[in-house]
Amino acid sequence: MAEPVLAKARDIAWGPIGRKGLGQWGVATLIASEAALFAYLLFAYYYTGASALPGWLLEPRPKLFPSLPNTVLLVASSFAAMYGEKKVEAGDRKGGLLGLGGAFIMGTGFALVQLHEWSTKHYGIGTSSYGSLYFVTTGFHMAHVIVGLAILAALLLWTALGDFSPRRRIGLSAGVLYWHFVDIVWLFVFTTYYLTPYLGFAR
Amino acid sequence: MTASATRTPEIGENTVELRARLHAIWQTEPGFKEFFTTVDHKEIGLRYIVTAFVLLALGGLEALVIRLQLAGPDLHVLTPEQYDQFFSMHGMTMIFLYASPILSGFSNYLWPLLLGSRDMAFPRLNAFSYWVYLAAALFLYVGFLTGNGPNDGWFNYVPYAQKQYNAGLNQDFYSLGMILLGISTSVGAANFIVTAFKMRAPGMSINRLPVFIWGTLTASVANLLVVPAVSLAFFLLWLDRQFGTSFFQTSGGGQPLLWQHLFWLFGHPWVYAIVLPAMGMVSDGLPIFCRRPLVGYSLVALSTVATMILGFGVWVHHMFATGLPALSLSFFSGASIIITFPSAVAVFAWLATIWTGRPVVTTAFLYFASMIVLFVIGGVSGFMTASVPVDWQLTDTYFVVAHIHYVLIGINVFPVVGATYMWLPKMTGRLLDETLGKWGFWTMFAGFNIGFLPMHLTGLFGMPRRIWTYSAGMGWSTLNLITSIGSFVFAFGVLIFFLNVWKSLRTGAVADADPWGGPTLEWAIPSPPAPYNFAVIPTVASRHPLWEGQLDESRTRSTLEQGMVLDCGKETLTTTPLDAIPERIVPMPKDTWAPLLLALAISVFFVSLLIQSWPLIALGTFWITAALIFWLWPRRSLLERPAAAEDRMAHG
Amino acid sequence: MSGVPLGYLSASGDRAAAVVPLTWYMIVVSCAVSLIILALLVAGVVRRRIRDHSTQVNTVEVTRSGQGMRWIVIGLLVSAVPLAVSLIWTMTALAAVVGPPNKSALVVDITAHQWWWQIDYNGKSPSQHFTTANELHVPVGRKVLVRLHSGDVIHSFWVPRLTGKTDVIPGQTNLSWLKADRPGTYFGHCAEYCGMEHARMGFRVIAQPEAQFRAWRARQLQPAAHPASALATRGHALFHYRCSLCHTVRGTNAASRMGPDLTHLMSRRTLAAGMLPNNRGALAGWVDNPQASKPGAHMPNQHLTGPQLQQVVAYLETLQ
Repeated sequence: MAEPVLAKARDIAWGPIGRKGLGQWGVATLIASEAALFAYLLFAYYYTGASALPGWLLEPRPKLFPSLPNTVLLVASSFAAMYGEKKVEAGDRKGGLLGLGGAFIMGTGFALVQLHEWSTKHYGIGTSSYGSLYFVTTGFHMAHVIVGLAILAALLLWTALGDFSPRRRIGLSAGVLYWHFVDIVWLFVFTTYYLTPYLGFAR
Repeated sequence: MTASATRTPEIGENTVELRARLHAIWQTEPGFKEFFTTVDHKEIGLRYIVTAFVLLALGGLEALVIRLQLAGPDLHVLTPEQYDQFFSMHGMTMIFLYASPILSGFSNYLWPLLLGSRDMAFPRLNAFSYWVYLAAALFLYVGFLTGNGPNDGWFNYVPYAQKQYNAGLNQDFYSLGMILLGISTSVGAANFIVTAFKMRAPGMSINRLPVFIWGTLTASVANLLVVPAVSLAFFLLWLDRQFGTSFFQTSGGGQPLLWQHLFWLFGHPWVYAIVLPAMGMVSDGLPIFCRRPLVGYSLVALSTVATMILGFGVWVHHMFATGLPALSLSFFSGASIIITFPSAVAVFAWLATIWTGRPVVTTAFLYFASMIVLFVIGGVSGFMTASVPVDWQLTDTYFVVAHIHYVLIGINVFPVVGATYMWLPKMTGRLLDETLGKWGFWTMFAGFNIGFLPMHLTGLFGMPRRIWTYSAGMGWSTLNLITSIGSFVFAFGVLIFFLNVWKSLRTGAVADADPWGGPTLEWAIPSPPAPYNFAVIPTVASRHPLWEGQLDESRTRSTLEQGMVLDCGKETLTTTPLDAIPERIVPMPKDTWAPLLLALAISVFFVSLLIQSWPLIALGTFWITAALIFWLWPRRSLLERPAAAEDRMAHG
Repeated sequence: MSGVPLGYLSASGDRAAAVVPLTWYMIVVSCAVSLIILALLVAGVVRRRIRDHSTQVNTVEVTRSGQGMRWIVIGLLVSAVPLAVSLIWTMTALAAVVGPPNKSALVVDITAHQWWWQIDYNGKSPSQHFTTANELHVPVGRKVLVRLHSGDVIHSFWVPRLTGKTDVIPGQTNLSWLKADRPGTYFGHCAEYCGMEHARMGFRVIAQPEAQFRAWRARQLQPAAHPASALATRGHALFHYRCSLCHTVRGTNAASRMGPDLTHLMSRRTLAAGMLPNNRGALAGWVDNPQASKPGAHMPNQHLTGPQLQQVVAYLETLQ
């Protein structure tokens, strides 16, 4: 005899808890799509570089100062953001503000150093395809840093206002996850533009 | 201050009182404000469908003008400049503004009903996606109507699209419009992916998904990953045009072929994205009219995914003539031939379903069944172009034009019209006229084949695509006249279809919940569905919840009239991605201005980029930021949770 | 196939001929597959359908009957055979047509412009070099290597009866090759959309026996003769003033490469990239008002008076 099945009524989550919830899935899809965008930008670099004539690299030996320490700074800001998230999770609003504020300051520092780095380049966006690729790829990343900083600022505000609690903080977790993405994707951009010339690409 | 963040959902029966309560919670009042603030997936789905059909009609009218120009040699219906904009606009409209959005419309409307959910995962994002789509369509058509339509074909090769060869605003409208549309497609794709994995009724494990869901899910994953390629390509083109960069400019060390790689990395998966969901419609629709489950469900579902995975690796077959090395040609040629196999699985599964079933020949059945043969014709012509040396002759002739029309009309338009005959009664509660429907079908089918079957021969006789006219001595005159006649017959068939829809809305026979005796959840609820879709969340025990009694294949039965009531506010259920075990009750957003405000902000921003007005760019940026913060502001209400009973009283 | 100058179902040269049987094979397989599926579909519907037209779909009971999976297995197995043949044949045909020929071939440089073809024959010394337009003369039976350059946007070089398409892309030199089996005139056309007059970007390949080809080549190497008649001399002066900004006539001061080289204009059969016959009426019409017959062409209307037009045409007619 056929038996009807019925989903059991048991105690389940109501709304997002911690980092778990639909918001997390939403940010994951956003990151997947944005990661693809950067993959295509880097593809454009490698494709153009691989078919270019010698001399295409306008910086055959890119200066690693201040770009390398700046990279470390950006990665460190991810850890600060992570610290802030942990603190909010532990119910420590001040610790949360400290972590997020630290991430915001380090991120701003990264952006300022990067702006300085741009100003020291002897080529511009229209100089050649290398210049276009360099400035547009790092420019895309800069746009993401600025969006990320705006998110961190909003998270700071909301944390200060007490809009997050240890379990109700999906917005915080999603924002911090996005900031991690901004930092990780920089490692790929940095490797491509600053390190591969040393490995012999397009030399 | 936090109350318990968990709850035990109440299980109840589908009662009149429950339905009334849910109705009060979920309904969108008809009204001016509500028109702009609704987040109901059914309303949004219908808007997508109506808008996409309007654009189908516009693209069709453009095609008819083109066919007048080509009806005979040396005609002057259009100037070359007008012709270039007409054929580009026709292709762009059909491929980007009709073929994908129409499927988004059906998916938006149907997914929660098929999945046993009360809405999509992100209802506000859904509304936003529609508004941006509408904005992009208006943006592109404003360009066209002011003489600034795209004029370099839908795939828009550089350097002809560059400023030194194309000085007008045409390419700026096209570039920015496509980026705007890409935003809509991407957020829509994200919404479908999360909905497919999270918003299913308990028990609807991944191997019980309707094939239509598989199709749209696969297409959405592809879109999420490949739309950035084309958005980026158009953005780089716009920079080349406006800011003197050298991405595609050989003078600055750029690569014209980079455009083609970026475009086809997107373009080829996109073609699958606009046919796989439609193939899913056929895979779900045919069995209903054949009165048996689909033959080879698992193989068909797997082949859907396999087609897309292979589809990522064949983009170069659009570039066989660009002077690539032979090794690379062989690889992409082989991959393109092998991609035939997963498509063949679907064809034989459909044929077997007909042969082992008892077909009832309705209009919807005719559209679905005829699609099989159109699909095969479009498939075999594609298989010919997969062979590199043959493609060197076929490519950029009318053979390819015939191929793309068999693919897009055969595998998109025919299933979509069939799906309308099948599902419109669910949406409106009224059936379409079967007699008029069959007249419409045969007119469309005859017109289409009269128009496009001879076009293969036009191609084999060497007519290059995208020529605005030809001379009498080329041997193409008769064939072109036949094609023009066929296309007008086809257009008349489409007109009959539109008239039938109009007639149905006014005087159509009333449809009950399940006019076709369908197997899936949408047929278990009234036509049209209530705002909350399901009064109780169903529990699913098989692929065919409504056919279990007749098929009697397992010891378990789905439960449709009893389940979680979730009536403490606007709520639905999320389940685990593979097994669909209940995981979380999610509060759903109420109607809101946020999606429209953000869409308007982004539209202002894109207009400001087009006219390069810095104050307007600043305004757009500020507006976007403000709209996003408004949208994402955390809901304090979540911090405290009233007990279920109190909440009920509050709503009661 | 003479009625379809751009048709490619028959060939007149090795490179195209290697593909014709494969093309026919694929057409036959495609038609057969389509017809078989159509027959199976129609037969299935006719045999299995419920004949009573008044039947409501939802009153017919649902059953899972029959051995449907067999269809998929047999269908895939049967499909695999022609697909495997296609795959192997494709690879062998590709090997036959892909490589550029060895160095014994005649080498020609073709530069595609909006909307005409510049054709350069290179000799051992600069004096052996000459330029013509829109008509590629080749010796029968000899392989011809074509180096493709673009003067502006992407075009595609295509002579259906001799060779498939090779795109002409700025910034890179693509190679094509062809060999004509017998004397004749073969049509070519641009096959990548390149702007307003893509429709009028044809050319001709004229295959001649070796001796005739050599004679033609020797003729082309000559500079233009000085005009003899007074009318043509006045035309020459006018040409110098009006036309030399864009055109070259070797042996005169006209040396611009913007438009086609006109040194031996009258030896060509057509004007305006294969669009017009090369006769006095068409020539006069074209020179005076090219925008009327080829709107968008980069040659502007000349607004000549009647006598001026006569003079210019008289001069052009001396460019034998």
